[in-house]
Amino acid sequence: MTTPNTVVNVGADLLADAVAEQAVPVTRVDWRPPMVGTEADLADVAADPRRRTANEQALAAMLDVTATLVDVAPASEVLGLQRGEFLHAGPPITWERASGPMRGALMGAAAFEGLVDDPEDAVALFESGANVSLEPCHHRSAVGPMAGITTPGMWVWVLEDQASGRRTYCTLNEGLGKVLRYGAYAPDVIERLHWLADVLAPLLQKAVRAAGPVDITGILTQMLQMGDEAHNRNRAGTLMTLRDLAPAMVTSGFDAPDVAQAMRFIGGNDHFFLNLAMPACKLALDAARNIDGSTMVVAMARNGTDFGIQVAGTGDEWFTGPSQQVDGLYFGDYGPDDANPDIGDSAITETAGIGGFAMATAPAIVRFVGGSVPDALNTTRRMHEITLGENPRWSVPVLEFQGTPTGIDVTKVCRTGILPQINTGMAGKLAGVGQVGAGLVTPPAEIFPKALARLAELAVSRTPS
Amino acid sequence: MTTHVELRPGAYADSVTLLQVSRTVQGLPGVDAAQVAMATPLNVDVLAEMGFDIPAEATPNDMVVALRLDDASALAGALAGVEQALRDANRRDESTSAIAPPRTTASALKRGSGAMALISVPGANAFVEAMDAVDAGNDVMVFSDNVPLEQEIALKRAAAERGVLVMGPDCGTAVVGGLGLGFANTVSPGPVGIVAASGTGCQQLLALLDRAGVGVTSALGVGGRDLSAEVRGLATREALRRLDEDPAVELIVLVSKPPADDVAAEIEEYAGSLSTPVEHALLGAGRPDLTAAAESVLRRLGREVPAWPVVGSASPRAGLVRGLFVGGTLKSEAQLIAGDPHTFVDFGDDAYTAGRAHPMIDPTLRLEHLARAAADPETGVLLLDVVLGHGAEPDPASRLAAAISGLDKPVVVAVVGTDADPQDRERQVRALADAGAEVHLSNAGATRRALELAGGLR
Repeated sequence: MTTPNTVVNVGADLLADAVAEQAVPVTRVDWRPPMVGTEADLADVAADPRRRTANEQALAAMLDVTATLVDVAPASEVLGLQRGEFLHAGPPITWERASGPMRGALMGAAAFEGLVDDPEDAVALFESGANVSLEPCHHRSAVGPMAGITTPGMWVWVLEDQASGRRTYCTLNEGLGKVLRYGAYAPDVIERLHWLADVLAPLLQKAVRAAGPVDITGILTQMLQMGDEAHNRNRAGTLMTLRDLAPAMVTSGFDAPDVAQAMRFIGGNDHFFLNLAMPACKLALDAARNIDGSTMVVAMARNGTDFGIQVAGTGDEWFTGPSQQVDGLYFGDYGPDDANPDIGDSAITETAGIGGFAMATAPAIVRFVGGSVPDALNTTRRMHEITLGENPRWSVPVLEFQGTPTGIDVTKVCRTGILPQINTGMAGKLAGVGQVGAGLVTPPAEIFPKALARLAELAVSRTPS
Repeated sequence: MTTHVELRPGAYADSVTLLQVSRTVQGLPGVDAAQVAMATPLNVDVLAEMGFDIPAEATPNDMVVALRLDDASALAGALAGVEQALRDANRRDESTSAIAPPRTTASALKRGSGAMALISVPGANAFVEAMDAVDAGNDVMVFSDNVPLEQEIALKRAAAERGVLVMGPDCGTAVVGGLGLGFANTVSPGPVGIVAASGTGCQQLLALLDRAGVGVTSALGVGGRDLSAEVRGLATREALRRLDEDPAVELIVLVSKPPADDVAAEIEEYAGSLSTPVEHALLGAGRPDLTAAAESVLRRLGREVPAWPVVGSASPRAGLVRGLFVGGTLKSEAQLIAGDPHTFVDFGDDAYTAGRAHPMIDPTLRLEHLARAAADPETGVLLLDVVLGHGAEPDPASRLAAAISGLDKPVVVAVVGTDADPQDRERQVRALADAGAEVHLSNAGATRRALELAGGLR
């Protein structure tokens, strides 16, 4: 037999030393005990004969998807939303348990839909529950940033995987500051929503139908090499999208002042592309859903109260725990007491391997937590410890073009205790306030052992003893 | 209370830096509120809400420094603080960022190819790490003990599907293409390949063959349960296959306790299908000992069987043989040869290693028992083993020789190792002999000699 050219040592250093003395290089694993109470479940899942191929299949399915922008259309048409139906971010939530920004966004959206004249009147409407219903965006092939409220009258981006015909949806980004998704519902917020639905979206519909399909996955590939991580920094992506759509916007036949206003709005909103990045990520991850035995996370989402994950091998079940406080910087006079816990479907970007996972490619934003450029590099490297593979399309130049860490593995999170790193905005905790800051956050640790326990249960029940 | 608002046209820092600067300045003495920001419409709104009047000519390309101070005397300090904070925010972190070590076997294996995984984490965690190696298609040695049987089966089934070799669990010794893993002796390459279910049994064989000038290319441990009715020799088959594929191996030696009956037939059949001959050395009552097995291998290879070396000489002393061992198989072998009423202890047994290092690494416990056993009036002769090789105590004779020289009972020692071992076998033997011990290379030889000194072979 040939001599091993290197040895990976996991455990006693003494044994590694003995190998090193024989002039064979040793990689020493920094092994630590897994999360408390997960040992037996980890073994059961590791023994599941379906696991390895299921995870390979899940990762390949996800990486195989190219998301293209094919349309912009009212949610009533493409999502079949009826009057009184509200989609929201995160796992399922009731009005009673909803946080301030979630309530504020629901109230504003109720006014936008004409269900109430004054957003404040919507409180009684939601408390009564009559003629209104709440449902996660994720249950309708959609995603929404922050509160993620999507209603019939809002227009949505339509993304399609041309190979399968599957589609995902997301509203248009309203900009920063006092906006509905952060729980603001002042008159100017509602007015902006009407402008989006009445002017911007129809214009974009015409432009996309003329210029599309637009390769959103391809724009993500490029923007990751231009300093965007596609969650908290979307500048390059926004401008590339504008570049791709501008000629068709100009020739759309819409009035020049409207076209100019639309371009000004898009160009001035650094986060405009986020609402394209998110459904692109969901489109890819949805390809990995319902693969028995796979331990890959296919969704991370927060409703401002709960943080939930879904896993490829456990169907539509949500594993939830309390949303965490964001560690970051605050706008103006705001401080930690003003911030709501983590909220939004935007962690779909991290689930797909960008956002916080691609921090190394966006060192400009690492200072959100007083960090340094080495911190950014280390964050991305650390995420490789909990992922199944790398995305060959999405690469990080400063890490020698290594692909982004992709496919969060529930078992690896439980084994290492390393939690997914999420870049996010911070909503004010009171309804109506809007954005108060931005920073970094992780999921509540306990949801991963919960998902693991379910995977173990399924593995044992399907494995003949 | 006084406010200070200042526009700095042409100055620029990114919004995150400025949020940080603002936070720093807010913490300075005499500063009630501070906001340093680019004068974007959004920021101007924020500043207005904070109560600052921003000049109408402000553009997004101007930096605004807005301060609310307890009184005007704090202004100079606050502005100095702004400058300092802006400088600090742009200072490079000079510290080099070392790449963190991998946290799982899977992650480590991704960093390089052609690796062998060597796992010695607690038994409850070993399976998960070992599966990483199997999943990646890498061979793995599981040094850990206390791995549940069903996990061993699952591991070896997955490995068999992928053509991966699993050594262990509870595999103490392996030589893979000349590289010693775990407690392994340094041997020259040669015509023999070993598959062994026992660690120190394998080491005895390596030491004897080395003495006879026969090299060993690879010695693959498979763990004590591999030939059980449950595991059914999954690892033994793969190990045999690997050695059969190796053109340097002329004879394969399979060392084990007798397998479960139907497993024995399966393995014999498999061994018979290989192009390399397989010598099956079965250990146990009424069977040849390890030394006899080594001699049989030598004869099969057409080599001369040497006289196994003995250094020093111990005197007869009637009584019981007290065997104090660090090697489990060596202890079993001695016990089988000597039988009742002689007593034998394996200090490597789980009962003695809980909460402490293996006696091949830490001799303290056996040394304590040695003095006690010697003081027992029923004791005639003391029988010990010393196992050399990688990973073992760097100089076992240093403390053992001192302990032996203080005893008034004859001591016979089997020193299992090769001349090339890091401990220098020659020096170890000499030190023990100088202390009064009679030192053998063959454990079986040492045992028979101890019996003779204690009053004759049974």
